[in-house]
Amino acid sequence: MSSSETGHGGQAHGSVKEYVTGLILSIVLTIIPFYLVMSGVGSDTLTVVAIVVAAVAQVLVQMVFFLHMNGSSEQTWVTTSAIYTIFIVLFILIGSMWIFEHLNHNMLMGH
Amino acid sequence: MVHTDLIKDPHVLTGKLHWGVIPFTDPVVAPVMFAAIFIGIALVLFVTYKKLWGYLWSEWFTSVDHKKIGIMYCIAALVMLVRGFSDAILMRTHQALSTSDSFGAGYLPPEHYDQIFTAHGVIMIFFVATPLMIGIMNVVMPLQIGARDVAFPFLNSLSFYLFLVGALLVNISLFVGEFAAVGWLAYTPLSGIEYSPGVGVDYWIWALQISGIGTTLTAVNFIATILKMRAPGMTLMKMPVFTWTTFCANVIALIIFPILTIAILQLTLDRYLDFNFFTNDDGGNQMMWVNLVWAWGHPEVYFLVLPAFGMISEVTATFSRKKLFGYVSLVWATVVIMILSFLVWLHHFFTMGSGASVNAFFGIMTMIIGIPTGVKLYNWIFTMYKGRVELTASMWWVIAMLITFTIGGMTGVMLSIPANDFVLHNSMFVPAHFHNVIIGGAVYGYFAGFTYWFPKATGAKLNETLGKWSVALWFFGYFFAWVPLYYTGFDGMTRRLQYIDNPDWQLSMYVALIGVALIAAGVAIQVFNIGWTLYKRNDPEYRDETGDPWDAHTLEWYTTSPPQFYNFGQVPVINDRDPLLDMKQKDAAYKRPEKYERIHMPKNTWAGPVLGLLTLPMGFGFIWHIWWMVIVSITAIFACWMKLSFERDKDYYVEVPEVEDLEDKFLKSNENRSYYFEKNAKYYKKWKPTKRTDG
Amino acid sequence: MTELTNDHDIHDDHHHHEAETADRYMFGFWLYVITDCLLFSTLFATYAVMSQSFANGVTPHELFNLKFVAVETALLLLSSFTFGMAMLGANNSNMAKMKLWLMITAVLGLGFLSMELYEFVHFSHEGAIPQTSGYWTAFYSLVATHGIHVTIGLIWMLILSIHFKRDGFSNENRIRLSCLSLFWHFLDIIWICVFSFVYLRGAM
Repeated sequence: MSSSETGHGGQAHGSVKEYVTGLILSIVLTIIPFYLVMSGVGSDTLTVVAIVVAAVAQVLVQMVFFLHMNGSSEQTWVTTSAIYTIFIVLFILIGSMWIFEHLNHNMLMGH
Repeated sequence: MVHTDLIKDPHVLTGKLHWGVIPFTDPVVAPVMFAAIFIGIALVLFVTYKKLWGYLWSEWFTSVDHKKIGIMYCIAALVMLVRGFSDAILMRTHQALSTSDSFGAGYLPPEHYDQIFTAHGVIMIFFVATPLMIGIMNVVMPLQIGARDVAFPFLNSLSFYLFLVGALLVNISLFVGEFAAVGWLAYTPLSGIEYSPGVGVDYWIWALQISGIGTTLTAVNFIATILKMRAPGMTLMKMPVFTWTTFCANVIALIIFPILTIAILQLTLDRYLDFNFFTNDDGGNQMMWVNLVWAWGHPEVYFLVLPAFGMISEVTATFSRKKLFGYVSLVWATVVIMILSFLVWLHHFFTMGSGASVNAFFGIMTMIIGIPTGVKLYNWIFTMYKGRVELTASMWWVIAMLITFTIGGMTGVMLSIPANDFVLHNSMFVPAHFHNVIIGGAVYGYFAGFTYWFPKATGAKLNETLGKWSVALWFFGYFFAWVPLYYTGFDGMTRRLQYIDNPDWQLSMYVALIGVALIAAGVAIQVFNIGWTLYKRNDPEYRDETGDPWDAHTLEWYTTSPPQFYNFGQVPVINDRDPLLDMKQKDAAYKRPEKYERIHMPKNTWAGPVLGLLTLPMGFGFIWHIWWMVIVSITAIFACWMKLSFERDKDYYVEVPEVEDLEDKFLKSNENRSYYFEKNAKYYKKWKPTKRTDG
Repeated sequence: MTELTNDHDIHDDHHHHEAETADRYMFGFWLYVITDCLLFSTLFATYAVMSQSFANGVTPHELFNLKFVAVETALLLLSSFTFGMAMLGANNSNMAKMKLWLMITAVLGLGFLSMELYEFVHFSHEGAIPQTSGYWTAFYSLVATHGIHVTIGLIWMLILSIHFKRDGFSNENRIRLSCLSLFWHFLDIIWICVFSFVYLRGAM
């Protein structure tokens, strides 16, 4: 009945190759930050930047290879809503951190 | 009030409950309680006597029809309006008396007064404004886009019952125990277990948590409906403005209600399990509560006001006999608000001490968000300009809104300047401002929409004279009630005062009392108007036979009033931004199609009321620490959910003969009517069809 | 779904209807995932604000064992991959393949959960319980919320297996499986943020 090639909800179905690529990339992007923190080779700043970059990259890898998000026209709304959500989440996260950093500084609750 | 004797070791069977928590002897609450119990019993007996239970269950309670769910939302909202408004009357009379020499300190003890202002805020926002708006959206939005129902009809029913449980919990708190006495946003650490050991805050927590989850589900439902179920040909830029604002408002709700859910959960963990989110010591951070609750709370006011803007737009365009001026700018203004509303929340706590840079940023963002709102005001004014404005009752609401909301917006810009805010923070000026925008912007908008769509939902037009009286009373009552409080706010009067020791404010309190009396008369007339109209619904003067009593532009008027359960015999193909007007002008409206097709519809389900109402004992058990009740309810919810999940046979088809029969009757009743643009042919030549640039 | 005759027109109508239903339900579930994403964002924001609120209690630096976390991460990441394999089985309507991979996914998920529980018990013995300080309150509520989601995912798998036993690859079951797949991958994405910003950052 529904064994057609097009997926549900505009989500394309993956292939073994896609999943394996995703897995390998994820493993690499996990090992890098773990190695940096556990070995302590880099400076703190470098390590933090690496953690953030690897995390963002791995989230993107999983969205593309596991969730099959590719920005195609059937997925317009999924993509649009994802971008909108990411922006709002950043507003709230960065906003909160910024607000409280200043609050702690002004109220002498620093560390 | 019962207060301190609430704290005791919970009993295994009854938790913290005991006879002492029921206010039998309270001179204010006890009469209300007995009256409520009496009315409740009378209602049950009446329904039983008339043998209506079966009808109510099969036609209303289990219904997944968006129109019926919408009507149930509106009824619940109006009942809660009366409750919330009674709280307002109590506060105004108390404050008027508490400044007077002859009465001394008013008549409400502090802990009771505190519960009243908390309940007033919670009820008006969560259990009046929100359900009234969602009710109107439910009735109108699917019709406007030519859908047969919402995307997930069962979920819609469940959302309604979750909201209802929240409302019930607030009302139960009046008679069993107490309600929160901490202000409508329950600032920590006051709302923590240390300073509020009673069950009041727990009532607040569970009422908001349960109804908030309902609102989240509604948002999921409406967004999916608007994006996936529009009539063929209705591109985004051909959607009616009310549908656009419904869409943007629900996107906001989808994003913000989870924030509230987590914030309340954190407060719950603090209170029940001694976590340290918002406590004074052990590294808790009280201001994080304020931060989260306003990260929800500011977008929330746009969630409430955007749909009102949509309603105003539809009413203005219809009764100005013009197309809406600047549709594209209005849509974009709405979308911009949908984004910017997430960047202003700190203006609610400028005085916290984040410093100049943070305050400056949020102050400027607050001023910027005034711009798209201002754009909308010009849209409505220019729509009326050179139009044939017909001053119906809904148009009166629009004009009341334009004036009142503009003033409220201006006082908002005053507050957005951090330096001003340091002076005015927590003063009476702030409630005066937000009542000015919420009553003037959202509530008047809802009432305009309510009056406008009432015939669509019920088949009868509200009485115009009574409607105009209620507008006038609300309009003048509002200014009487709040202008004096702007003044006292400037003069240093803080919010939420139970005792007023400054005799200079006495006159202001009296004037405000006159104002609330005027509004009370307005509310009474509204309630009477609804009852009277329903009583007279078969009278030709009230009844709407055509399905289109206002000669309007959009699709919801293309079907009967009230619409058939399947909404449209055949869903039309949309070619224009004002589809019905387009069809009327081409003489294509209300014509029998060559053939009807059978219609696929969802079946009613027991699961909405059962699953939803089971959260009532769950919430009650949590509030009173009756753990067996919590466990039993959650188990029952899971069991019912599984039963539903394994049910088959959830939908059916309406066969062609039935559709033909119903549609023929309607088309007959709509025959031989004349249209506004025929009567005003000369004037209507100026109308041009929408430019088709948007594909 | 109502049983329908084999009339050609109606069959087409039915087919179109199924695709439309699937699209609508998947999008609705995607919207739910957005709300869940906001739940976690709020918890992350709280964690960020409270990341130094130790109140003289034990600090994460003293307790976090990154080798342990690496194994947890490996389990969950692999389970995301094996769920993908199960989806491929379902796409080919291969019940045996789908069941096998789902089973492996469930075992990996259970392993992850047991490790998390073990870690919580271990931390509490070291004096880090939610009541210890603002930091541990934020830590436990964030990590446990993720853990509860994984638990729900496992229960869902169990229920889904009953659905599949009853109706096989029906349209409804395919929708359910796709939703669960989205949910499971989403939980893995959340875990990426947890191990990066909670464990790695906290251990530095």
